[in-house]
Amino acid sequence: MIITGKEHNWEIVCGLEIHCQIISEAKIFSGASTRFGADANENVSFVDAGMPGMLPVLNGYCVHQAVKTGLGLRAKINNYSEFSRKNYFYADMPTGYQITQFLYPIVGEGVVTVDLDDGSSKDIRIERMHIEQDAGKSIHDIDPNKTFIDLNRAGVGLMEIVTKPDFRSPEEAGAFLRKLRSILRYLGTCDGNMDEGSMRCDINVSVRPEGSDELRTRCEMKNVNSVKFVMQAIENEARRHVEVYENGGSIEQETRRFDPATGLTKALRKKEFAHDYRYFPEPDLPPLVLSDEYIRKVADELPELPDAKKARFVDKLGLTKYDASVICENKEVADFFEKAAAGHDAKKVANWLMGDFFAMLKRKNINIEESPVTAENLGALVELIEKNVISGKIAKDVFEIMSETGDSPAKIVEEKGLKQVTDAGAIEAIVDRVIAENQDKVGAYKGGKTGLMGWFVGQVIKESKGKANPQVVNSLLAEKLN
Amino acid sequence: MAIDRQTVSRTAFLSRLKIDDDKIDAAENEFNKILNWVEQLNEVNTDDVAPLTAVNENALVCREDKVTEGGQADEILANAPMAEYGYFVVPKVVE
Amino acid sequence: MAKITSLTVHETLDGLKNKEFTALELAKAYLAAMEEKRALNAYVLETAETALAQAEESARRYRDGTARALEGIPLGIKDLFCTKGIRTTACSHILDGFVPPYESTVTANLFAAGAVCLGKLNMDEFAMGGSNETSYYGPAVNPWQEEKKLVPGGSSGGSAAAVAANICAAATGTDTGGSIRQPAAFCGVAGIKPTYGRCSRYGIVAFASSLDQAGPIAKDVRDCALLLNVMAGYDAKDSTSVKTETPDFTKALGQSVKGLKVGVPAEYRPTGLNAEIAACWDKGIKILREAGAEVVEISLPHTRYALPVYYIIAPAEASSNLARYDGLRYGLRVPGEHLDNMYVNSRTAGFGVEVKRRIMVGTYVLSAGYYDAYYLKAQKVRRLIRDDFVRAFNDCDVILTPTSPTTAFPIGDAQMKENPINMWLNDVFTVSVNLAGLPGMSLPAGLSANGLPLGLQLIGRAFDEETMFKAAAVLEKEIGFERLK
Repeated sequence: MIITGKEHNWEIVCGLEIHCQIISEAKIFSGASTRFGADANENVSFVDAGMPGMLPVLNGYCVHQAVKTGLGLRAKINNYSEFSRKNYFYADMPTGYQITQFLYPIVGEGVVTVDLDDGSSKDIRIERMHIEQDAGKSIHDIDPNKTFIDLNRAGVGLMEIVTKPDFRSPEEAGAFLRKLRSILRYLGTCDGNMDEGSMRCDINVSVRPEGSDELRTRCEMKNVNSVKFVMQAIENEARRHVEVYENGGSIEQETRRFDPATGLTKALRKKEFAHDYRYFPEPDLPPLVLSDEYIRKVADELPELPDAKKARFVDKLGLTKYDASVICENKEVADFFEKAAAGHDAKKVANWLMGDFFAMLKRKNINIEESPVTAENLGALVELIEKNVISGKIAKDVFEIMSETGDSPAKIVEEKGLKQVTDAGAIEAIVDRVIAENQDKVGAYKGGKTGLMGWFVGQVIKESKGKANPQVVNSLLAEKLN
Repeated sequence: MAIDRQTVSRTAFLSRLKIDDDKIDAAENEFNKILNWVEQLNEVNTDDVAPLTAVNENALVCREDKVTEGGQADEILANAPMAEYGYFVVPKVVE
Repeated sequence: MAKITSLTVHETLDGLKNKEFTALELAKAYLAAMEEKRALNAYVLETAETALAQAEESARRYRDGTARALEGIPLGIKDLFCTKGIRTTACSHILDGFVPPYESTVTANLFAAGAVCLGKLNMDEFAMGGSNETSYYGPAVNPWQEEKKLVPGGSSGGSAAAVAANICAAATGTDTGGSIRQPAAFCGVAGIKPTYGRCSRYGIVAFASSLDQAGPIAKDVRDCALLLNVMAGYDAKDSTSVKTETPDFTKALGQSVKGLKVGVPAEYRPTGLNAEIAACWDKGIKILREAGAEVVEISLPHTRYALPVYYIIAPAEASSNLARYDGLRYGLRVPGEHLDNMYVNSRTAGFGVEVKRRIMVGTYVLSAGYYDAYYLKAQKVRRLIRDDFVRAFNDCDVILTPTSPTTAFPIGDAQMKENPINMWLNDVFTVSVNLAGLPGMSLPAGLSANGLPLGLQLIGRAFDEETMFKAAAVLEKEIGFERLK
């Protein structure tokens, strides 16, 4: 995206830092549960509460999840990583420091390929990914003079993914977040729900004259919680920078808050002294050393990821790139599709899936897992059309019934007698009747109005209650009218 | 590296400690004495020396992903100076 | 017969097994002695009720023949150890009234072996100090000269004073820069700081995580071995504790030191070393040589930098470890209009002068722009100090030095008060052992001309406390130090 300026155009330079909550039973440094929705402070261990003398013990599964994620980001997994303390006082940070990784993160550089709306794709480089603990929650709206602290979330494992400043438009950032979410869900390492806070995004934005390669002062917006808001925040913040520069001003490096109500960003109140996190190696935890064998074993468990699946659907099943990319964004959809397409015309199954099937999910406001139409039944429906058992038109009616009853298409077609009539004798009787009852139109047709053929076909099919095979109807009419 | 009043105040702020105005000079003085004393380390050549954090080279042993604790909000809150409805309570946080 | 409170742990165990007295009688005798010696201010909390209940259980077990390793042994517990249901404050105002809902691993091990808890012992606030004078509860008093009021040393001052005064059979201590060994030396008792990772730190209020180690303070070397047998062991709850077998340390006692190479570091004899201390050291060297050990001169050239390294690293870690004391979840809260005021008010009122000094130093050396010059530099020199020891242990099996450059000094000593660094210099012989993560032990080695205990320090290879015990037992036997009765 290029922002038009007074003298020259401006280019956006944007990087993202995404905090992703690790899917695990227990917290990253304690044995308390990560479950959402417990009563206040019920999922809290003495470690999480920062009690005197308590020590962190690393949850090995969180490491496993991080390595899996790193591999999914096509990133280097570091054999050696270290935990550090990031020191700051905050009500929901019980120890006064966050255990995180600083100099030696568990995952190094990687890359995520995003598909853009114009059909092109772009590689977004990953700078690093590290693991750390989440903070608790401060609740400000119970009492006007008090803040309430719930530590249930304190100590839940997070992966922080940091990109290089590779985004040149809000669309690229949006596409990246969707792609990242898709990868994480495929991997089962994070549920990616931004609205529930299990994926949170910090945005760094600056602008520069188009064509330049300078890096100007950037501003940060923390904890933006939807793809739409991220895109809005980038665009509006970039426009603000352009306006400031064009009016002769300068941008100060600062943290700003994105206001979802207005779509604008606002500077936070300046503190007397800035933060100084005083990172230093966490003395309670020895360095984390991962063997090549460990990393290989995790790699062996990796599922097929969206890019590979998409390529396979295009190459092996003949889907268009667009269809494949839509179907592969969500693993459940891709799995459903593969099941439905097994043994059938994959392209036709894709059309049904992305057409009537998605429309049905949307109308019913349900997830694909809750669909009354099973993958097998959707495949069977396509097969009935392929085998000329029913017409495409009848199939739509059958699908409607399937989405109410969950019955198989064969059963519905049988019970409702919807089987297509291909018996030329039976159709011929209708054709003859239609010709006999519409002699005026026959005359007009013969007089040169050949466009009436379509009307005749429609009439016959209508008389047959949709069951007459259109091809048979066509050839019989052609025979009798010409 | 001699430090000044401003640095003493900033360090106190980062430590969340208050030093009364009339005591900052004394604190600054003492601080500089200590720093001067530790700066004798500059005599040591450490050009090719790696920093030592953990004296033992034992590998980090990980825990299993099992829930072993929780359901003890009473104990978590038992020592709290102020707690209501199962929450810790503090004066309003000003952003 | 001597008073039963004068007995060592191993003598007491014999007495209990031989039914010379019961565990309950023993506990009552100690509780009475504690009451009599309250002027020492060694205990900040007496737990008579707990002690009597545990002693009754011990008495029953002796009757049933199910006595455990330390059955009925009355211990004092340094107030740095979290004890479930028993107030634990690290002798700081900021932990006012804190009652842990959990037990430290080391004390849990001791109580599971039948030990009896007499109470919580005085110490320097958060273990920061070398005289016990930084305690919120006032200093403990060295029992060797009650009328002159000398310090017992620190930080485990209450532990050393209580053991010396026979108001516990033995005590737990912790040692970050000398906090077990120096008070043990000042009070004429034995104390061991095990190898870093030998004892779990779980449930011990943290001072400097990469240096802190728990250990026993006891009346003699054998008692130290008996207690360490129980205190030590791998603990999955402390990631820095090391998975290794705990040997029976008592097996090392009484073994010959013939052929043992004893290192004597030249750097520990600076010009101006107190003549009595130098003479005491020479006596120790002579004893070991005569017992058949080979004395070798070794060099630990970076030792002279150990103090400044320590006073960067320990405060740095402490500044972070003590950030949790914010008046929010436990301990002292001094109200404030907003959260930040509450933090500042609580911490300013809750921490004492020395603790605040170290928090400030620690915060500064970690802050942006200074980290490399101070903290990173200190970590590098720390490696050089460790490497010195690694090299030295190529030439010797154990190292012998004095424990402290001075004997116990008066409470409120003007010179110590004048400059904090003067107090810090007391750790000169002990800190390098913590920086290198090695085991170190102090044992009483004689009295100065004015009747104050002198201590000798043994330093071993990592996880080789046994060699240290072996040499200590030989020294102890030859020295024949007379404890207070």
